[in-house]
Amino acid sequence: MAQTTTSKSGAHGAHAAHEAHHDHHELGYLSKYIFSSDHKMIGIQYGVTALFFLLFGFFLVGCMRWQLAYPGRAIPVVGGLLETLLGKDMAAGGVMQGDLYNAFGAMHGTIMVFLAIVPLAFGAFGNFVTPLQIGAPDMAFPRLNMASYHFYFFGGIVMFASFFIPGGAARSGWTSYSPLATTAQFGQAFNGQTAWLIGMVLLINSSLLGAVNFITTIIQLRTKGMSWMRMPFFVWAQFVTAFLLLLAFPPLEAAGVLQLMDNVFHTSFFLPTGLVVDGAQLPVSGGGSPLLWQHLFWFLGHPEVYVLILPAMGIVSEVIANSTRKPLWGYRPMVYSVITVGFLSFIVWAHHMYLTGMGTKISTFFQTTTMMISIPSVIILTALFISLWGGSIRFNTASLFALAFLPMFGIGGLTGLPLGFNASDIFLHDSYYVIGHFHYVVAPGTIFGLLAGIYFWYPKATGRFLNETLGKIHFWGSLVCMNLVFAPMFIQGFKGMSRRMYDGGATYFAETDPTALKLNIYITHSAIALGVFQLPFIWNFFASLFVGRKVTNDNPWDATTLDWATPTPPPHGNFTHQPVVYRGPYEYSVPGAAKDFSPQNQPS
Amino acid sequence: MEIPYTDKARPDTGLYNAKVGIWLFLASEIMLFGALFSSYILLRVGAATGVWPAVKLAWPHHLLNVPIGTFNTAVLITSSVTVVMAWASLKMNNFRRFRMFMVMTIACAIAFLGIKSYEYNEKFTHYELRLKDGKAMTGHLEVNGKHPGFWSSADLWNLPRLTSSNITEVKFVADPMVGHEGHGGHEEMTVKVDEITHLDAFIPRNHTFFAIYFTITALHGFHVLGGALVLAYFAFPGSGMWKTNPEQFTNRIEIGGLFWHFVDLVWIFLFPVVYLL
Repeated sequence: MAQTTTSKSGAHGAHAAHEAHHDHHELGYLSKYIFSSDHKMIGIQYGVTALFFLLFGFFLVGCMRWQLAYPGRAIPVVGGLLETLLGKDMAAGGVMQGDLYNAFGAMHGTIMVFLAIVPLAFGAFGNFVTPLQIGAPDMAFPRLNMASYHFYFFGGIVMFASFFIPGGAARSGWTSYSPLATTAQFGQAFNGQTAWLIGMVLLINSSLLGAVNFITTIIQLRTKGMSWMRMPFFVWAQFVTAFLLLLAFPPLEAAGVLQLMDNVFHTSFFLPTGLVVDGAQLPVSGGGSPLLWQHLFWFLGHPEVYVLILPAMGIVSEVIANSTRKPLWGYRPMVYSVITVGFLSFIVWAHHMYLTGMGTKISTFFQTTTMMISIPSVIILTALFISLWGGSIRFNTASLFALAFLPMFGIGGLTGLPLGFNASDIFLHDSYYVIGHFHYVVAPGTIFGLLAGIYFWYPKATGRFLNETLGKIHFWGSLVCMNLVFAPMFIQGFKGMSRRMYDGGATYFAETDPTALKLNIYITHSAIALGVFQLPFIWNFFASLFVGRKVTNDNPWDATTLDWATPTPPPHGNFTHQPVVYRGPYEYSVPGAAKDFSPQNQPS
Repeated sequence: MEIPYTDKARPDTGLYNAKVGIWLFLASEIMLFGALFSSYILLRVGAATGVWPAVKLAWPHHLLNVPIGTFNTAVLITSSVTVVMAWASLKMNNFRRFRMFMVMTIACAIAFLGIKSYEYNEKFTHYELRLKDGKAMTGHLEVNGKHPGFWSSADLWNLPRLTSSNITEVKFVADPMVGHEGHGGHEEMTVKVDEITHLDAFIPRNHTFFAIYFTITALHGFHVLGGALVLAYFAFPGSGMWKTNPEQFTNRIEIGGLFWHFVDLVWIFLFPVVYLL
């Protein structure tokens, strides 16, 4: 590979020409689109696959929402199809059965977290943007990068296929708590849970390879002059995210292997002594610990929340600095905060476990650390809010999504506080309040951040803009509907509605509090409307490839970071010559400068 | 633009890319094995007090063959030395010596895995037996006049399988009881099938000790296997790079060696934890 030791000056151009020629000959369809080792193509592969899974995960919850609003009524449009595909046990007469509801619930969580949001936030944006922003020609290990996409892809195939194996997909929640996860289909050697575990191991391997690659790239491949404090905040966010994935995922992999042993070889890692299922004692040795699974799961599970949110914060920071034409307020505190969040996220996991009886002293410890981690998160959000002050904001679709992220994530974060205190969590635990809380963080929070990123970098990736009118319809529709979907869940949660009820709580609330059930219907209709408002985006995303307005220069948003210093779309190797960085990432509206932005590679 | 620092060190970090990568990868491996060791601790702390097998859920001690384990530890440490020697030979520009040391390293890996499979087999043919009168013992089984060997799961005996066959009694050669007064030798007895309440080989499902022992050692074994395959690739089919880019080739051996040391290190922790404690 890197065997040429040509001198930098004269031979470089000839060499680049040789490279281009070489590429022209070598890259067929397969090596360009399927087995590509170019970080931009891999990023796009990640993005398209993840968007597909995002839609699929939304479809799953759409079916569930129908069942919650109208228990026992056949699902319109797709009910018959579900019965044909999955059988009478799952959807008799198009009506969602209990097992199907559980399977869809477990897979909605799994798919949204591990197959949609993380790959989109980390795999797609991280891959496409990070090397560009640090002035690198590619990731440090391009073939490893390709392998991590393929691991992800096969993990996705396994998860998708698990719906069609006998007995259906995993049905014990996205957290797969033992012993339920092992006993739900005990006799069946290869069941949905086994497939889930195999899929998870593949996805974890993908993330690990990705994390190694990202960190190495950011440490080693920063271009000349790109010191740590000149890195865009997005790169910092990806850097911390990669560390979270690197160190938090392996314990879940260990847990996955242990649960696989429990399911396939009937060990008792997570099965307590004397477990009785269906009136008979389970034929296992016992002696295991269900709490052990929860500890290992949440040791990943909580850092994972920050894996979901930090890349979105990074994107929002880029878009906000660009659309306000101002430097980010408090870049350094934001960097220190994101590092602190990274560290603290490793010692808050057991706040998911207050109700397990692990002990009040441990609960107190984790309650304290949980309150501590809210401080750096609030610093980041506050800095972003203050960044708006006095800016002349350009309200395009990207900036609208980024601006909406701030209050939406704010609601998600603040509603998390009562869950972090163990006294109030005892009441709210496992209720719809929890669903409302984390969906505010992830749906109008993270997803809005990611959509902002799509509208922002689409011109760089494709050479054409997304349509602004369709984008604004998409934005306003999504903003209103997201709130209509998730805000009522707080009310339901306060009323004590459990998050796991297959009939939407009809058994409990029909007599005592029918308004709680009415809310189910409003939520479902809002969810359908939310789905409808995604149609302009889907059309926009594909149609703009061909009919979108063409970009006229390489830096259409007048941005300062290096990703806009490349040709559009960036060729293999990204930059025409190695960029040199002379200044910080957000030098907008510098007094005395000729223009209101001073790119990082512009000599001072 | 070419990807920089694939073979030369970046001046401010002093490292080439792959070295950063492998250390990060090893960090994740530490978390992986760390989680498994933590699980071991939690399961062991949660075990019942008393002496196994008399107390069913107590933690078994001294079931593994310490001399063989010690020998295997020595084999693995030797391989760690030889892999360094292989790298040093490349630094001294001596490819023949490199290949010799590489072959020795791979031979050690094969020896380690061979010995480990012998130990596994020993466990798969060793049984725990409980009788209706409350007696519990470990030992070897003789069914129809044959000691069951272990080649597949069909060779494993347990109570459901015995009761569903037409065998009415089996021979059992009990191990000398540890920590009990009285006879120290192997006791041979005939046991009626309908007096047995529990019979299972030393396989993962029999006890959480075996479960965690087999899981960690098997995962470690896969690491040895994977490492050996990569080293073998470097020593033979992938050694052509020595001619085209000796510097990067030497780096590759260093990276492979770092992984190999890590695999050894896991064993250095594993050996006292499962064999001695």
